[in-house]
Amino acid sequence: MISAIAEYRGVIVGTIFIALIVGLIAAWIYGRKIIRTEKTDAVFGNPERALGGWYWVFAGVASILLIWFYFSWDAARSFFPDAANELCQVAKVESAMNPVRSTFPIQSRLLKGTSLLARDNLQLDLLDKRLLRSKFTDDEKATYGAAVGKLRAALTSLALPANFSEQTANDIQSIADRIDAVTASLADPNFPGQAEPAEQAAAQAQAGWGESSTEVPIKPTSDRGRKFDQVAKEISTIAKDFSKVRNLSDDFKATVAELNAEIKTLQQEVTDSALEADEKESRVKFIRQIGKLTKRIDDGTVFPPSALDPVEGAVRRFEAEKSNQKGGLNYIDALAMPAGTIVAGNTACSEQGSGRWLPKPSDTLGTLVRISNPDVGFKGIPLLWYEQKPVAEMVGFFIPDWVADLVPGEYPRHQEDGQINENLKTRVLNVATGNFPSITVPVPMGHIWDSILRVLAGLFLGIILGVPLGLFMGLSRFAKGFFDPLIELYRPVPPLAWAPLILTIFGIQDDGKIFLLFMVAFAIMVISARTGATGTQLSKIHAAHSLGASRRQIIKEVILPNSLPEILTGIRISIGVCWGTLVAAEMLAGTTGIGFVENVARKQSDYEIIWVTIILLGVLGLLFDLIMRWIITRTIPWRGKG
Amino acid sequence: MSDLVASSLDMTFSAPNGESVHALQNVNFTLKEGELLSVLGPSGCGKTTLLNIIAGFLRPTGGSIKLNNTEIDGPGVERGMVFQQGALFEWLTVAENVNFGLRMKKNNKKETAAKVEEWLEIVGLQGFGETPTYQLSGGMQQRVALARCLINDPDLILMDEPLGALDALTREKMQSLVLKIWKETGKTIMIITHSVEEALLLGERLFVMAPRPGRLHKEYNLPFAEMGLQGDLREIKNDPQFVSNREEILSMIWNMEEEIMGKSN
Ligand SMILES: Nc1ncnc2c1ncn2[C@@H]1O[C@H](COP(=O)(O)OP(=O)(O)O)[C@@H](O)[C@H]1O
Ligand SMILES: [Mg+2]
Repeated sequence: MISAIAEYRGVIVGTIFIALIVGLIAAWIYGRKIIRTEKTDAVFGNPERALGGWYWVFAGVASILLIWFYFSWDAARSFFPDAANELCQVAKVESAMNPVRSTFPIQSRLLKGTSLLARDNLQLDLLDKRLLRSKFTDDEKATYGAAVGKLRAALTSLALPANFSEQTANDIQSIADRIDAVTASLADPNFPGQAEPAEQAAAQAQAGWGESSTEVPIKPTSDRGRKFDQVAKEISTIAKDFSKVRNLSDDFKATVAELNAEIKTLQQEVTDSALEADEKESRVKFIRQIGKLTKRIDDGTVFPPSALDPVEGAVRRFEAEKSNQKGGLNYIDALAMPAGTIVAGNTACSEQGSGRWLPKPSDTLGTLVRISNPDVGFKGIPLLWYEQKPVAEMVGFFIPDWVADLVPGEYPRHQEDGQINENLKTRVLNVATGNFPSITVPVPMGHIWDSILRVLAGLFLGIILGVPLGLFMGLSRFAKGFFDPLIELYRPVPPLAWAPLILTIFGIQDDGKIFLLFMVAFAIMVISARTGATGTQLSKIHAAHSLGASRRQIIKEVILPNSLPEILTGIRISIGVCWGTLVAAEMLAGTTGIGFVENVARKQSDYEIIWVTIILLGVLGLLFDLIMRWIITRTIPWRGKG
Repeated sequence: MSDLVASSLDMTFSAPNGESVHALQNVNFTLKEGELLSVLGPSGCGKTTLLNIIAGFLRPTGGSIKLNNTEIDGPGVERGMVFQQGALFEWLTVAENVNFGLRMKKNNKKETAAKVEEWLEIVGLQGFGETPTYQLSGGMQQRVALARCLINDPDLILMDEPLGALDALTREKMQSLVLKIWKETGKTIMIITHSVEEALLLGERLFVMAPRPGRLHKEYNLPFAEMGLQGDLREIKNDPQFVSNREEILSMIWNMEEEIMGKSN
């Protein structure tokens, strides 16, 4: 059944999406109508008007879901299932064209040559200034200054059209022509012709968008896709050739060679001179700086101002035609895939932006269903399942082993024939260690169960020890004074601050976590039980006294029930805080639990699992709270009515 | 001989900051078995303090207080208490409240249940046994409090403004109930009130207390409680003697309050 649902995922998501939009609008209109009828008689600020209404609840939920469907691109995938594959091909073109396009002021502000010139001139200016401030001799300043001047002249000469070679101009024109040819084939409706059957089959065999780990299928499946794919390949070779075009005249090469030789001699002179070591160093550094700048300009990437105009024109024509050929894809990219787009890598295309880190609702649900399967689980452990456990093991867990030591007699020693005779002591030990045959019973297990069990264990210990101490503190001046500093010393520290210490002392397995949760619950339970006890009306205690109740009976029959509302509220708060602390503690260490799952998913950047754990944690937290609220209304109906 | 005898009772509260309040000074009285005593006085004259001493919640700083010739030392079942309000255990049902004392003594359950039925009927709450007390009206809650105290069969019943929080109509019904119980059980009852009419109606004897320091100011022996057992309470209120007593006590208390105002100014 699940695979059938997966097959119709697109249809289901689309239907839900449209239903949500319609429902949202309907709820909105209905809600507005009700508000309008109320307007005549209601006063602004009348709290009854803030009671809400199911239609506004629906509108709120629908809005959240719609935002989720929209920004995770689940809606886009449902309505335009092929768009991602085509955008992937477009993305290939983008990345192929990028080195060429970035030369021109198309997406950047300046022509690349302009910004190179500006940057290098700035560096040369800085060198001049450093020379002025330096403690070099006037002779040295003159020599070094001349070298810097020569470098500047060489740089400037690149921009001069007179130094631009015919050969380079021809190369540039040929690149422009080739781009124009690609533009023409892009515009050609018959390009690139029929697909090879093998190629087509391979493309069809790919997993669909989001169906496997490669998020977007990379091989083109549509005619338009194949066109972009082909164009991307051609552009990529053109771009490679374009990057080889350099503005290098013989004059320029000679000047650079001269400069390099001069720098070498200058360096040698300094090394051979009788200067102090630090004086030598400052001079060598300066000369090395000139050398660096020389290297930067000697590849001739600066051209005369209009030398590259043919290529720029061709690129602009290409971009226009590309946008034209994309057609509806432009709108799908901008509107249906908000906050991001599809990008191409070397081996795969992937979503980038909110589509990446916000998993699609349908995928999230799918992942949840997948890892809920006990045979899959996470890291070999089911989320929530059961296992058959021998009763003996549980008995052994609850009976401490030292019980056997208390039995009179001695443990038997083996005999000369190697036999070991059992006696009463060994039999008791067998029971205490769970070492006896027994039936097996199903016991819950799994990540979720482990987390819940830890919270319940910590909470249980906190209640068992915290409530009596809290009541004692509420009844005795000594207890209040004596234990208050103890509790106030550790309570204000955020529980997680204790975690590293506790986990080191008690171990990263359950003990440490349960103790940490116990600490959290204990403080809350002590404080709430104390508040409850001190809040007992004196007249009730007086009444109990004159009705013949003993101290113990007063505690049990009056103070405890009277504190019950505070105690239950304390439990409710404890569960919430424990839940939060537990997940964080499981992230720090351990091998099971929801927090562990989320931590592993975080390391693997598996956003779907991360969201699944977030949702699970929220639902379980809410469930705990609802159960506590139900218990509270059931057990203390008198609350606030006494 | 189940008399309550107070001789030269003295009570001084001393606060940690050194200030002290002289709440009771030289209080002497004897309350015979079966008497119905009402205590009246302006607020702060030590009525509750006196009651708490008799109940055993407070130890007097001077003098002695004896019931049945034994010095009172701590609270006990032979002295039952009824408070103004809020002293019911709201987590229990009516029946559980009423049988609280017997449960503490671990009495036989069947006998207890029968007794509860009996007392609920006397206070007019038959059929309410399973009702949670927080659902009851103020008047009904005080009936439960009465039953809860009486089921223990105390020698002395102490009531601290038991009807103070009730509305006029309910109050009148409850006054009749108190008189009826007094008559049917013959218990010694001490009832504190701040209503002059109530004090006159319910008191076979009446103490008027004066403040600063709290002391017995004047004592009356009154016929109205006896009359109330037979007749209509409202008729008694129009009795000329009732009216003149009322006016006398009212002006007495008025003067005391004036005096307090003068002192503090
Ligand atoms: N525990 C106490 N500590 C200090 N002062 C007290 C205490 N209880 C009562 N008092 C004072 O004793 C006086 C008598 O109080 P109380 O017996 O309550 O008066 P009332 O007649 O109104 O019942 C009052 O001035 C009160 O402030
Ligand atoms: Mg009082």
